[in-house]
Amino acid sequence: MNRAGTGSAPAVEVRDLHVTLGGTPILTGVDLTVAAGEWVTVIGPNGAGKSTLLRAVGGLLPAGPAVTLCGTPLRAMRPRARARVVATVAQSPVVPAGMSVLDYVLLGRTPYIPPLGRESAADLAVVHEVLDRLDLAAFHGRELATLSGGERQRVFLARALAQGATLLLLDEPTSALDIGHQQEVLELVDQLRRAHGLTVLATMHDLSIAGEYADRLVLLADGRVVAEGPPAEVLTEELLATHYRARVRVLPGEHGPLVVPVRPH
Amino acid sequence: MTVRSTAARPVRPPAAAIPGGTPRPAGLRKRWLAAGVLAVLVALVAGVSLGPVSLPPGSVAVELLNLLPGVHLDSGLTAGETAIVTQLRLPRVVLGLLVGGLLALAGGAYQGVFRNPLADPYLLGVAAGAGLAVTVVIALGGVTDPLAGLPLTVPMAAFLGALGAVTMTYLLGAAGGRGRSPATLILAGVAVSAFFSAGQTYLLQRHSDSIQQVYSWLLGRLATAGWHDVLLVLPYFVLTAVVVLLHRRELDVLSVGDDEATGLGLHPQRSRYLLIAAASLGTAAAVSASGLIGFVGIIVPHTVRLLAGSSYRVILPLSMLFGGAFLALTDVVARTAAAPAEIPIGVVTALLGGPFFVLVLRTARRVLS
Repeated sequence: MNRAGTGSAPAVEVRDLHVTLGGTPILTGVDLTVAAGEWVTVIGPNGAGKSTLLRAVGGLLPAGPAVTLCGTPLRAMRPRARARVVATVAQSPVVPAGMSVLDYVLLGRTPYIPPLGRESAADLAVVHEVLDRLDLAAFHGRELATLSGGERQRVFLARALAQGATLLLLDEPTSALDIGHQQEVLELVDQLRRAHGLTVLATMHDLSIAGEYADRLVLLADGRVVAEGPPAEVLTEELLATHYRARVRVLPGEHGPLVVPVRPH
Repeated sequence: MTVRSTAARPVRPPAAAIPGGTPRPAGLRKRWLAAGVLAVLVALVAGVSLGPVSLPPGSVAVELLNLLPGVHLDSGLTAGETAIVTQLRLPRVVLGLLVGGLLALAGGAYQGVFRNPLADPYLLGVAAGAGLAVTVVIALGGVTDPLAGLPLTVPMAAFLGALGAVTMTYLLGAAGGRGRSPATLILAGVAVSAFFSAGQTYLLQRHSDSIQQVYSWLLGRLATAGWHDVLLVLPYFVLTAVVVLLHRRELDVLSVGDDEATGLGLHPQRSRYLLIAAASLGTAAAVSASGLIGFVGIIVPHTVRLLAGSSYRVILPLSMLFGGAFLALTDVVARTAAAPAEIPIGVVTALLGGPFFVLVLRTARRVLS
């Protein structure tokens, strides 16, 4: 569970990534480095390519030689090996009908279960440990579909943790949650990151929340990185006005700048 | 949904879902496996005992035990009755078990592969494709008995027809692009089915001399089944069962969609093609052996899903067992209800299966809610 990145190699290294989907260029020369143990959040307007970038890093898109994870080129990893290094929580994960929480979290052990075999006692032990840690032990027999949004998000996270990966990719992890559950889930992610040396690469729409939790922000616009650095350097009224076409005030906050939308005249 | 709304509803205590309290992952429970095996044995004894000459089930069971190596018991049956058991009825019942098992297994596999609860060999056009191919072989190739003479021609033609049809359905269904719904696939299957059935009707009209043969095959061939037919279907049955059952856990992983399955280290496309090929091979073997028998592929997996659980680790093996038992017992009805005439077995599966499924749907909903 608690494997650190290979030596000092960054957890994620993206060099000049180009992705074209259906003839439309989505990413045009993206560079990105995420150090082991770091939390980097990608922000940017709709259609900037945030999700595509995450998919490419997670191995869901052919990314060519551009992506390296923990010192190993993504291209050289077999799917099972990749799934032990990087775990993704999709923006709106599929909720299989009739599946229990236990079975769903157990899916996270797929990269450790022989292709045609069954789960071992060790796999079950990992799953129970993760369920305990996320306060889900009481839910193990419940059907996933009967859980509330906040509980469900914890279960999605639990599946990703059961993968035992050091790199966690979170695509809009809180977009379906109310503000209380947003905080609950992100605090949980941060605790897990600190306790287990996880690296987090996320995408988010709420800029204040993005800035409060991330070590660094990457602002993506039109398929390229237009700004990157600590939240205070990226969340500026000028940058947000240019790339989001938004009129905002940036106020100093306890854990990072707070972005407040202001109605245009 | 919020936490509050969940808390306000009277929710069953979580541990109630797992009797005994120890959390166990989904899997085939021993009592369900035992029930499935029992159903097959009951179908076997009932299928062999009942008919124009009714034989005492106890004696039949003993006679069946005698077929096992090293068992020699006195069943009290005459030589003639023994011949009825081993040469006439047993191959027919065994073929029913194999065909029913294949159709239900293929249906379950299609439902998992396409992530579509409506998928089955008929709705996907697979059976119609196999049917057209076999009609071509009989009408144009002059093959008089589908299973005699050229044993590989008919099953191979059926397999190619089945694979061609499922490919067309998949491509047509996928033409809707990313926004396609489960209904798109079924609509595509209906279109492909109609297309192949039209081709078949046209061929039959042009070659009216072979209508008799084609129809007697279409309406079910269990009636004339001999050991020869059983031996012909057996290798396809084994191959399909092995491939599909080995992938039962992968089908559970595929239920979260291709993207997430890829993220979990799977090759979704590779598993999908392999499973489609295996299920189509099974359907083709079933169709070439016994004609077009509808309903088994959709009803049996759904009944299992409603009663025993929604994991493919449960659905697939139980569908195989209960599908076989269902068809073998249906065949008993087909040949006794209007004796001495036989009702086509496809008619009986639909007549019995429809109301039965409605019953299961209603009961299961009551039990679940």
